[in-house]
Parts: sequence; structure tokens; C-alpha cells
Amino acid sequence: MKTIAPGRKRLVNNIITYGMVIAAFVILQVLNAGGMLSPSLQGQLVPICAYVTMAISLNLVVGISGELSLGHAGFMSVGAFSGVVANLSLQSVLPSGPVRLLVAMVIGAILAGIAGTIVGVPVLRLRGDYLAIVTLAFGEIIKNIINILYIGVDENGIHFSTQNEMALNLAEGGKAILKGPMGVTANVKLSTFTAGFILVLIALTVVLNLVNSRSGRAIMALRDNRIAAESVGIGATKFKLTAFVTSAVLAGAAGALYAMNYSSLAAKKFDFNTSILILVFVVLGGLGNIRGSIIAAALLYVLPELLRDFYDYRMLIYAIVLILVMLATNSPFFRDLKGRFQEWLRERAMAKADAKAKGGKGHE
Amino acid sequence: MSKFQKEPTKLVPVPSTNKIPERDVDKSPILEARHLGIDFGGLTAVNDFNMAIGRTEIAGLIGPNGAGKTTVFNLLTKVYQPTRGTILLDGHDTAGKTTVQVNRMGIARTFQNIRLFSNLSVEDNVKIGLHNHIGYGLFSGLLRLPGYWKEEKVAHQRALELLSIFDMQDLANAKAGSLPYGAQRRLEIVRALATNPSLLLLDEPAAGMNPSETAELMENIVKIRDTFQIAVLLIEHDMSLVMGICEGIAVLNFGQIIAKGTPDEIQNDPEVIKAYLGSGKGE
Amino acid sequence: MSILNNLINGISLGSVYAIIALGYTMVYGIAKMLNFAHGDVIMVGAYVCFFATGQFGLPPLAGVLLAMVVCTVLGMVIERLAYKPLRQSASLAVLITAIGVSYFLQNSALLLWKSDPKVFTSVVGTGSVKLFGGELTITHVAIVTVLACVVIMLALTWFTGRTKMGKAMRACSEDKAAAQLMGIDVDRTISMTFAIGSALAAIAGVLLCSTYPSLMPTTGSLPGIKAFTAAVFGGIGSIPGAMLGGILLGIIEIFAKAFNTNISDAVVFAVLIVVLLVKPTGLLGKAVREKV
Repeated sequence: MKTIAPGRKRLVNNIITYGMVIAAFVILQVLNAGGMLSPSLQGQLVPICAYVTMAISLNLVVGISGELSLGHAGFMSVGAFSGVVANLSLQSVLPSGPVRLLVAMVIGAILAGIAGTIVGVPVLRLRGDYLAIVTLAFGEIIKNIINILYIGVDENGIHFSTQNEMALNLAEGGKAILKGPMGVTANVKLSTFTAGFILVLIALTVVLNLVNSRSGRAIMALRDNRIAAESVGIGATKFKLTAFVTSAVLAGAAGALYAMNYSSLAAKKFDFNTSILILVFVVLGGLGNIRGSIIAAALLYVLPELLRDFYDYRMLIYAIVLILVMLATNSPFFRDLKGRFQEWLRERAMAKADAKAKGGKGHE
Repeated sequence: MSKFQKEPTKLVPVPSTNKIPERDVDKSPILEARHLGIDFGGLTAVNDFNMAIGRTEIAGLIGPNGAGKTTVFNLLTKVYQPTRGTILLDGHDTAGKTTVQVNRMGIARTFQNIRLFSNLSVEDNVKIGLHNHIGYGLFSGLLRLPGYWKEEKVAHQRALELLSIFDMQDLANAKAGSLPYGAQRRLEIVRALATNPSLLLLDEPAAGMNPSETAELMENIVKIRDTFQIAVLLIEHDMSLVMGICEGIAVLNFGQIIAKGTPDEIQNDPEVIKAYLGSGKGE
Repeated sequence: MSILNNLINGISLGSVYAIIALGYTMVYGIAKMLNFAHGDVIMVGAYVCFFATGQFGLPPLAGVLLAMVVCTVLGMVIERLAYKPLRQSASLAVLITAIGVSYFLQNSALLLWKSDPKVFTSVVGTGSVKLFGGELTITHVAIVTVLACVVIMLALTWFTGRTKMGKAMRACSEDKAAAQLMGIDVDRTISMTFAIGSALAAIAGVLLCSTYPSLMPTTGSLPGIKAFTAAVFGGIGSIPGAMLGGILLGIIEIFAKAFNTNISDAVVFAVLIVVLLVKPTGLLGKAVREKV
């Protein structure tokens, strides 16, 4: 009896995940072309892609690396606003929309990556709940800073201020892009569903390739048993940081994509609740389960939309669904079933080892 | 050989009471601990620990429960930083080094309470041990450059080779956490070996094994030493194993070495007998 | 005088945070979980007191007591229904469940009491003490808040140190399995901890709304997060740590507000980060060494 090699099993698994994403894209495109999507759902195609990417990237930190982060929306925010600034200030230099979107997403990703490094280097020394609270704090700080930031652009370049619009000292013809608590009010929309789809594919490729590589194994080893991982020569800081920064980079790109779907956007959109929302996608989809994250993010993002008829009750229903799912998947009853399954696997492995040992001795 | 870069340290002759096996006698010891000690908040857990281990020696560290044996392992691997004393590995001082660096210098270990990467496959556990011997970086992995495929193939073959020491290559795809207890202990040894150590520390390798498994393990430890030409230091309560394969034995009690010598000498040492019988922990 | 005024306001706000933080820290110490719904229990307490004193004309003290009773029951019910089944589960599962409970409380409040802010009438009136010829004003609310905080602190210290139940709590937070072997009813002890934490949350809610009289379904969330921060700041699991963290956090926040209202939260969180980087287990927390 030959079991499937893990390499092949992984390959099949990955093909299913990629296939699912591509199929969803094709089906939605066809439905959209046929005018069969409601306008509200149509408007959500890009945000869904952004949140799916967010869920994939957060799963890298929480599921694969095993560190609880409660401030992931902060990196989305950095990507979103730096993306908007790039978009609006490069308008005349790069007239082509798709190119500017690409540039905006790359800049958003890079700045979020820098933010991720600044946060990660000191913070990843902390463990468990302390790390969680510090990521929460960083998310709030990023929100606060963007809330007081004024950014404008004129022919002399980009101007910053933390006071008000006047303090930007813009020359004639210059425009304020980011206006403190008001945020961005005159963004040029660039995002398309196709761009979102490509971003999801990139995020998927990055995370799946990482997991099945030397660095990914090191990250998971540190998650499963830090002391053992160090005992075989794997440095914790380097690989925890790799996961954290990669995740921040993807979140930055997702933030830029998201921002470019709206003409106005404020910093409070990316608050603690948004971080929690993404965390809920990841946990409900299954820690370390990338496909689960994608499905959970897409479904849960549109769930409130589907519950439109119960408008007043929809968040209440959402809360109840959340609690019930957590109880159903983690209560002793369910664990008992899972335990029995593992027991069965263990017995099978043992029977095989025995058979092997007997077979080996027989030939001697 | 250690790849660790360091200015050459003068080798010191071994003032050891240990009897290093004849074949190692003209060589410097692979490990030398001098006056090693650690205090936990005023409590001295290990004190004045001296030991030298030959390059291909199998040495044993025994003593009653709570004597500080595992603490010695934790000191050698820098899980704890020693309060006092010096550890020389292949003549290089390991002061100020971390667990990670000490492993790269050549010490690998197993754990008394098994510490596998239990959610990962057996093969991945070994590949994680090979981590520092796989030569491609983050971006080759992300972009699946040719280096990735080449190195992963080598790692796969090497992992199976190492697993075959314990005849475990057929379990390569099983989840490490789902293995039977004995197999988990053996996998830990394989994982430690994968880091290409010059000194292997085994913390109670035979714990929970039945006599026939233990006998097989003894053969395998000797086989590992002969194949890889490395030193092994093991903590064990199973006296048949210790007396059967160890060439030098140190006995620890209350954090202090009370006797050192060959198995015969240890078995007849009155101090050792007192320590074991006196503490009510006869084997 | 403005410095002194700020200091007093800071201590008063900090006392509220401290009372909330006690709830977080006790629950964390014993159940090893972050009870994210704690902030929303505060909100429920404030609403109960608001309706009891406003709608039904109960005297303020009766209103506070009623709020405490309701919150105590609420806390125990939440623990029994949502957290107890997950006692052995991964901490992340419990955390998400707690977030679900938090959403549930907020949205129930939204349905029951609508989103428009209620103007909360202070339970101790709006009077104040003027010192130094009116230059220094201390409101009665501030005095009562600080007093309440001190009393609670002393009572809890006595409770955990001297009473049987308090000792059981400390035993459970040290080692649940061992406590069980010594004949301590762990389930009952945890339930009791939630009860005490929730009763404190009710007091905190009333005091918070007496100082900042606008009451909404989301009133509890930000103070909840801040108090949680305060608990971590002082060293989560430690009762004096929660007090110290809460009061320091309140003072820092008020001074940061005086400096620049828009970034006061950023300053609070930045201080937290610095403290944790210097002392990773908080001001009074103790490090736990992992056994190898």
C-alpha cells in the first residue's frame, strides 16, 4: 500500500486552490458581462479581492508563523494612502491607468513592507499575547498618524504637514491629496476586478511557494516548537521577520488596490475592527489553511450583503454565526471526533511499522 | 567540521579524569566543560561541572532524578547561559553564543520531553534539521528558481538516507505528531543528526521503549558513531544501555559530579551506590 | 494650575481604566484568555443604570447596584455559554469567540437602545470642589471615581489574599490541574472571577459615563481596549499592576490630550510599546521560564 507523497498531495492541493480562484474569477466575469450581478455586488468585487489578499497575508503571520497580530489593517492603511498619493501625484507623468495602478500598488507594498520591518524588528522579540497587544497598538498609532497627516502635491513635489491644509504651502495649481481626518476626498479610481484577481493570484503564489520552501519550513518549525527549531540552528528573529514583512508587503498592495476603488477614503476605515474582521476570516477559514482563508474572506465579506433584507439584524446574525461556528469547531464533541480520527491514523502507521519490522526480520 | 569563523584558539591539553577511548587519546577533546555552573535565583542547580569528551566517544551522564543532568544539556546548548565556567567545543569557547550558533558550531541534541514539529511530516522534520545545509535563499524559493529544485531534490534524498538509519524512510510522509512514541524519539535523533553535528546529545533516548527496542537503539547509537565519526553524550536511566555502550560515564548528584570512569569503575564506586540507594532511587 | 488639573483628571480617568483593567487581568490570570467582550459589559452596565435612574426614577445608588447585578449575571452567562465549552481549546478560538460576544452585545444594544447617544446623568451630581480661589476645580465625580478605585483595590487585595475563594482563584491561576487535585472547584472559581470582573465593569461604566456623559452602544469598546492596554502595561495577571497601569495610562492620555488631542491615543500606545520593549512582561508582571 503506497500513500501519496506529500509533494504530490501538496501539488494537488495547490492546483485545487488556484483552480478555485481562477474559476471564481471566470464565473464572476461571465455573470458580470451578462449583467447578472446586482450593482451592489458588482461594487464589491474589488474589495472582495482586497480582503481575500488581506486574509491570505494575515494567515501567513497567524497561521503559518503562529504569531497573533491584531493590527493588520495598519499595513493595509499604509499601502492605501501611499498608493493614493502615488496615484494622484503621478497623474501627469503616467497617464495610463493600469500602469499607474501597478506603480501605486508597488509603492504601497514597499512602504507597508518598511512599516512592517519597523514594527517587526523590535516587536517580534515579544511572545504571544504581548505581541498581539503591541501589534494592536501599532495599528492604532498608524491610524492616528494618518489622521493628522496632510499631504499635497504641486510642481515642486510632495508637501507634508501635520497642521492643516494651509500649512502645506502649495504653489498655484497644486492640490491637497490627504487632508487629515477628512482623508482623501478626490481620488481617481483605477482598480478593476482583473487587477484584484491578479493580486490574489500573486499573494497565493507567494504564500504557497514560501510555505513549501526552506524558509517556510523554518517559519513553521519555529511555530511548532521554538526551542527545538533553535536547537537545529534556525534563528527565530530572521524567519519570524520574513513572515511578518512578507505579510505586510502583501497587505500594502491590497490596501492600494482597495483605496483605488474609491474616490474618498479616511484613515478610520482601517481601524481595530477591520483588523479583527480579517482575523475572523483567517480563524474561520482555518489557521494555516490558505484556501480556507480565501473562501471565508469572500463569503463573510458578502454575507452582510446577502443579509440585506434583515438589515437591522445582520450584524447580530453575524455575531451569532461567529460564536456558533467557533463553538461547533472547537467544542469537546468535535474534538472527540477529530481525536478518534487521529487515533485511527496512528494505529495505521503503527501497524505499518510493525509489518515492516516483521518483514525485515524475516529476510535476515 | 565547524564552519563557524573565529580567531584560532590555542588548544589546551586535557586535564581530564575521564578516560578518553584509546583511538581518541592523541586528539584534543571535542567538548570540554570546565567548572561549569548555574544558579537559579540563589539555588545552585549545577556546580563545578568538569568533563571532556573524545571525538568519537560515547559518553554517559547518569544520576538520580533532579540531579541536574538535563540542566547540563541546557547549559551546553545555551538554552541557559551558564553563571560560571567555560565550554570549549573543538577548542572554541562558546561564551556568549546562542543556541542557534552553538548548533552551527556542531552540537545537536534531542529532548527529554519530545519536541518535534508535530504538525509537519516526518520528512519535513528532517529537512528542517538540514536547514543550514540547503543552499538557496528566500527569493529562489518564492520564484522557484532552478536552485530551488536542485537543492530540494538533494535535501529529499538526504532526508530519506538519514531516516533509513532507523529504517523509517517509509514513514516519511506521516505526520510527526502521529508517530508512536518510540518512533518519535528516533525521529528526534535523525533530526539532530541532519544538522551535521560533531557532538550529539541524547536526553533519555530509551525512555518509554521496551527492552527489544532499547537493544536496537543501542546498536543504532553505536552505528551512528561509527558511520558519522562523531561523539555522543547521553543521559539515560536504563543502566543496561549506559553500561552496554558508554565508554566513559559521569555520575551527577545534587548538581555535582560525584564519580567519573569506565562502566566497571562506576558500578563499583561506593559514592555512586550511596547516591542511588541513599536517595531511594535504585535502578 | 493646569498641570495639577490635568493630573487630577488623569488620575480620575486612570481610575476608571484601572477598574476595567482589573476585570481583564483577573480573567486573564485565571482563564488565560483575553475577554474582548469586557468593554461591552461596561456599556451594558451604563445603560442599565441610565434607564434605572432616568426612566424608572430609582435613586443613583440603587441604579448602580442594579447595574452591578445585571452585569454580574451577564458575565456569568457569557462565561457559561460561550467560553466554558472552549476551556481546553486554542486561545485563539476563545479570543475569536470573545470578539463574537462583543459584536453580539454591541449589536443587541444597537437594536434595543438605538445608536443615538443618550445623555447620561452623573450619579453623583455635577458639583465640584474649588480650591485656590477657583483656580483648581475637582469635580465630585473625580473624587468618587478615585475613592471607588482605592476601595476596590483594597477590597480585592483583601479578597484574593485572605478569603477562601480568593485563595482558590490564585491557586487556579497558578496551576488549574493542581488546584483541582486539592479539591478546588475550578469551574465555579472561574465563574466567580467573571462575576467579580463584570460587577467591576458595571461600576466602571457608571463612573465613565458620569465623567463623559455620552452613552452609545460603542461606548465601551475604546475604553475597553485602553484598559486592556493598561492591564498589559502593568503586567497582565497582576492586580496591583492593573491599578498602576490604569492610572498611569489615564495620566499619560490626559497630558497627551492637553498637548494635542488628535494624537493622544498614539502617544498612549507608543508608551505601551516602549514599556513592553524594555520590560516584556509589563511593569509588575513576572517572567515565566519555559521548562526544557
